Amino acid sequence: MKTIALLTWKSINNRRSSALLTVFTVAISMLLLLGVERIRTQAKDSFANTISNTDLIVGARSGEVNLLLYSVFRIGNATNNIDWQSYQKLAGQADVKWSIPISLGDSHRGFRVMGTNTDYFKFYQYGNRQALQFDSGQPFTQLFDTVIGADVARKLGYSVGSKIIIAHGISDKSFTRHDNLPFKVVGILAPTGTPVDKTVHLSLAAIEALHSGWNPAGNVSASKNQHQPTFQPEQITAFMLGLKSKIKTFSVQRKINNYPTEPLTAIMPGVALHQLWSMMSIAEQALLAISGFVVVAGLLGMLSCLLTSLQERRREMAILRAMGARPGHIFALLVAEATLITAAGISLGVSFLYLLLAAIAPLINSRFGISIESASISTHELKLIVTVLLGGMLIGLIPAFRAYRQSLADGMTIRI
Amino acid sequence: MATLANMTMNILELDNLTYSWPKRQQLSIDIEHFALQQGQKLFIKGPSGSGKSTLLNLLTGIIPANSGSSIKVLDQQLCEMSGARRDKFRADHIGYIFQQFNLIPYLSVIDNVLLPCRFSSSRADRVAADPKQQARKLLSKLKLSDMDILTPVSALSIGQQQRVAAARALIGSPELIIADEPSSALDHDTRSAFIELLMQECQSSGATLIFVSHDPSLESLFDRSVQLQDINLQGVTQ
Repeated sequence: MKTIALLTWKSINNRRSSALLTVFTVAISMLLLLGVERIRTQAKDSFANTISNTDLIVGARSGEVNLLLYSVFRIGNATNNIDWQSYQKLAGQADVKWSIPISLGDSHRGFRVMGTNTDYFKFYQYGNRQALQFDSGQPFTQLFDTVIGADVARKLGYSVGSKIIIAHGISDKSFTRHDNLPFKVVGILAPTGTPVDKTVHLSLAAIEALHSGWNPAGNVSASKNQHQPTFQPEQITAFMLGLKSKIKTFSVQRKINNYPTEPLTAIMPGVALHQLWSMMSIAEQALLAISGFVVVAGLLGMLSCLLTSLQERRREMAILRAMGARPGHIFALLVAEATLITAAGISLGVSFLYLLLAAIAPLINSRFGISIESASISTHELKLIVTVLLGGMLIGLIPAFRAYRQSLADGMTIRI
Repeated sequence: MATLANMTMNILELDNLTYSWPKRQQLSIDIEHFALQQGQKLFIKGPSGSGKSTLLNLLTGIIPANSGSSIKVLDQQLCEMSGARRDKFRADHIGYIFQQFNLIPYLSVIDNVLLPCRFSSSRADRVAADPKQQARKLLSKLKLSDMDILTPVSALSIGQQQRVAAARALIGSPELIIADEPSSALDHDTRSAFIELLMQECQSSGATLIFVSHDPSLESLFDRSVQLQDINLQGVTQ
């Protein structure tokens, strides 16, 4: 009703400062709720986008999550290696379209070093089937060539042509630094927002050269010029497979898991990612619960504000009753106030969210390569918004009911 | 016959009106018969506790009387109406002035005066041409200047506030004006001036006035005066 709307507006306007504070409280709680929700879904998305279009990841026999963690996220270590012969045999199967061998275990100034071959740049995909792109340079061709991720280049200030030293082991302070084997950066990958950004890529032959236990002083300069076949890899850490037909995934997986020569595990990345995410979902749920409670606190703040105002507004209610207002009008007046405050708080909170996103999105994109979409409110977010609005209205019923009862009891007798 | 009936028409007729507060045995109002003619100015005198506010709540339909009672206002039986209809009836036909603090603090003077028109379409219709103009006219008749009209209501003196309240009661020409000790907070001179203005305006809009007060010195200004204890058989409530 128009009258109620007008009275609501004027009455809130009259208590501007306290109403504004309440609106602010609701806005901030809404910002937190939606912000957490955004980060949660974006993190989940970017997490699921770490690897794409790879059908199987194969490593030494271990848990699925462990294999996923070290092969894709470069977290932790492999339990064992895979024999090069086994790799060649399994990658050579008729159903296999492509394969990427990877060899892990070294580091360069805190960044993991990964040995692989040039198929990696051809077949590895992330996100929505996006292939790796070169920001500058090209894949490695020589033994001592290296391709680095975007983060490595940015943090260490490397560019194409920089000379770097690779250490054996993963600690930065590694005592077994291969001081005498300088590598050259020949390519820098574009940011992907995945662990690829934090990886230094070498050829498998280079990894082998690092570990082959030669006498550096004597051999380095010689082998530098006449690189390869001397350094045929004997072992790798894991490999990724792309199959010609997805239908074959299970049979190939079974075959690898039952491989007689050595104990291996083949995982489907999607399934393992899901498993890993559900392990983290407790933290995720906790975060959501906390922001939910913040919203509840915001709405309770509004409730206390409305209830406090009620006592001093008894006179106002009596005047309205004398003018012909029904008790229902009084009820509607307070519900409308709660609704208006909540709605204003929500709108303000959503505006804050978009302002914040607009402010930090370029920063995040350039730093982490994650593009935060500030496009529109998702249906899930809309559900949250509607829930909060309904919550606000529901909480408004409490002072409304109290005012209703008061106005029935007081009638036109004004109690001071 | 019809004209004769109209001339002596009672605006208010009470018969066997009884009321007891919920969960109390004792009656606080018990009026056998009382009638008030249209256009009269009635002074109801009664000390506090004599059932004044209860009676006013009954007359305005805020609270329902005990069953068997009859309250006829403008020939309409309030006791047979639902709560919502009584609220509408009050909005349409009754202008009300409180003892003090009559105005909604967050509305302007004009919006306060026009408030009844928001709850009653028939009163709104009667000022339809230009409600704001109508409100200003009433306010100026009640000796409020254009400056006063633009002042926030909380900055007005009590006397000015009561005159705004009177304008609000009179807007849209309701048939019955009820004033509940509206002058008790005013000093002597302002009080007489206020009552005179109120009476003038009731006269010109043809409204009947019921004025309740505990101050017997005002009695002489009215057409008719009753002592509440005289008509309320129940006498004093506790």
